[in-house]
Amino acid sequence: MTAHADTATAKHPKSNPPRRAISRLGGGFSVRSLIHVCLLALGFVFSIPLLWVITTSFKGQGGIFTYPIEWIPDPVVWSNYPRLLNVLTFSGWPGIVFFFRNTFFISILATVGTLVSSILVAYSFARLQWPERNFLFSLSLATMMLPSVVILIPTFLLFRDLKWLNTFMPMIVPFWFAVQGFYIFLLRQFFLGLPAELEEAARIDGANSLRILWVIVVPLSRPAIVTVSIFSFLQHYNEFLSPLLYLNAVEKFPMALGMRMFQGTYTNDWPLMMAATATFILPTICLFLMAQRHFIQGIQLTGLAGR
Amino acid sequence: MTGRQSKPGGSAVARRQAWEGRIFALPFILGFLAFWLYPMSYSVYLVFQDWDLLSPPSFVGLDNIAELFRDESIGISLGNTSYYTFIGVPLQLVLALALALLLNIKVRGLAIYRTLFYLPAMTPIVASAIVWLQILHPEFGILNSFLRNFGIEPVNWLFDPRAAKPAFILMTLWGVGPQMVIFLAGLQGVPQSLYEAAEIDGASRPQRFLFITIPMISSITFFNLVVGVIASFQVFTTAFIMTRGGPQNATLFLVLYLYRNGFQYFKMGYASAIAWMLFVIIVAFTVIQFRLASRWVYEEGAPA
Repeated sequence: MTAHADTATAKHPKSNPPRRAISRLGGGFSVRSLIHVCLLALGFVFSIPLLWVITTSFKGQGGIFTYPIEWIPDPVVWSNYPRLLNVLTFSGWPGIVFFFRNTFFISILATVGTLVSSILVAYSFARLQWPERNFLFSLSLATMMLPSVVILIPTFLLFRDLKWLNTFMPMIVPFWFAVQGFYIFLLRQFFLGLPAELEEAARIDGANSLRILWVIVVPLSRPAIVTVSIFSFLQHYNEFLSPLLYLNAVEKFPMALGMRMFQGTYTNDWPLMMAATATFILPTICLFLMAQRHFIQGIQLTGLAGR
Repeated sequence: MTGRQSKPGGSAVARRQAWEGRIFALPFILGFLAFWLYPMSYSVYLVFQDWDLLSPPSFVGLDNIAELFRDESIGISLGNTSYYTFIGVPLQLVLALALALLLNIKVRGLAIYRTLFYLPAMTPIVASAIVWLQILHPEFGILNSFLRNFGIEPVNWLFDPRAAKPAFILMTLWGVGPQMVIFLAGLQGVPQSLYEAAEIDGASRPQRFLFITIPMISSITFFNLVVGVIASFQVFTTAFIMTRGGPQNATLFLVLYLYRNGFQYFKMGYASAIAWMLFVIIVAFTVIQFRLASRWVYEEGAPA
């Protein structure tokens, strides 16, 4: 259809008519607008859950039962968000503040650990020559295939023996040991694509591998590092099963687990739940919008790498 | 050119690099031993034990494995998980491909649509479980009030054993964003010259789709399929939050049943047996998919 519209415009280069009008004449109009209608409808359908969260979070308890659905609440109830702060408190502090602090603490430390360890290992697998390298790299690939459920029970018992129950250690420490082959693989692929000349020149000048990695490789690998950071951060931000298994003190809960505390004692307090949900989702949406380009690239990189 | 470079390999340099390599890889070596190999071996040991965490473990031989075949709940959860996977994953792939095809026509506002389609996949799974609990609510849920417009009687989505799994599958369709993006990358990688050549030869639009697009992106489809099946077999959080396995065990999935045995009934040995069964099933399906792949996946690099 595009080609059709373009030739139509090309035929009248002098008269310079509005391009869109011509493309409509060229038959592009109907198909193109049909596609746009489809996309708009699908876009709306995909936005329903999020719109629903937002609209419900501004409703009163009675407002959610109305039929037909009120997309714009009447009246707009603002009190659900302040209520998040009052409904649950630990030693005078709002519970939700604890939940978010715990979530960010775990997510940031686990992500930093993932980055540091995976970069070192991936660089070793990509560029350094040593005898056992290929064997160990294939082991790290094998861990990607292994469903983590298989080691759920023994890992729990291991952390229990280490006296790590009811601490953040199980959610942080393993990630300082490059346990996710996926990130090693992603970074290694990226490192292999970098030109080797700079590194060779630095090596001839007597730089050691750590220095080469820090001064040359890391600055050149920003896209891959950003991708790993975002994936890893989101993974830990969303993690539900580990805190469920390892934590029992409510004030240690991350948001993913603590959300259920807003459910209400006797009846489901939906507006409050949705206010909590909106607050929980907001950082991920901000992160996505800020780093969208990297994100899409990263998915394509990893997706295509699987070929 | 210094003499240093011309040294063949420079054995001192090579030895130094070998040590640097091992030290750099140390986090992985230690992590693999502590957090993969040790738990895996421990898990094998547990399969042959009866252990409730309170009294010391006792050797029971193959009892846990035999129990897998006797336990009715295993059959149920295996059936549920298969239903969820083998109906859900193909639907996800079809939708993801359809969205990618729509976005691949160079429409205005591509980035906005891509964001809209992607955002639900970004939502923390706990959050989306809670939202869907509401969307699927029989009385005031939006899905039923939408269906009412077409004169369809309200469905008790999460309270009716027949409707619960379809509801779960419907929910997963909102999360196809990543698969869509991967398809889109694949579509953009198909050489335009192929379409042009086919057009000259008089191939119609559907023909071009069937005989160029589908084969050219088959390796991407394969990737999405394998990854999708592996992930789908491990469904847990949504069922744990939304239905706790109900109604009448209609959403009792394998990992949920494993969780119950391990952390509610404290049957560590049996839970490990379930974990290995799940592992064997996943590996089997992955191997089968790789075997079948040679029949339908087009490999690039074959004579052009």
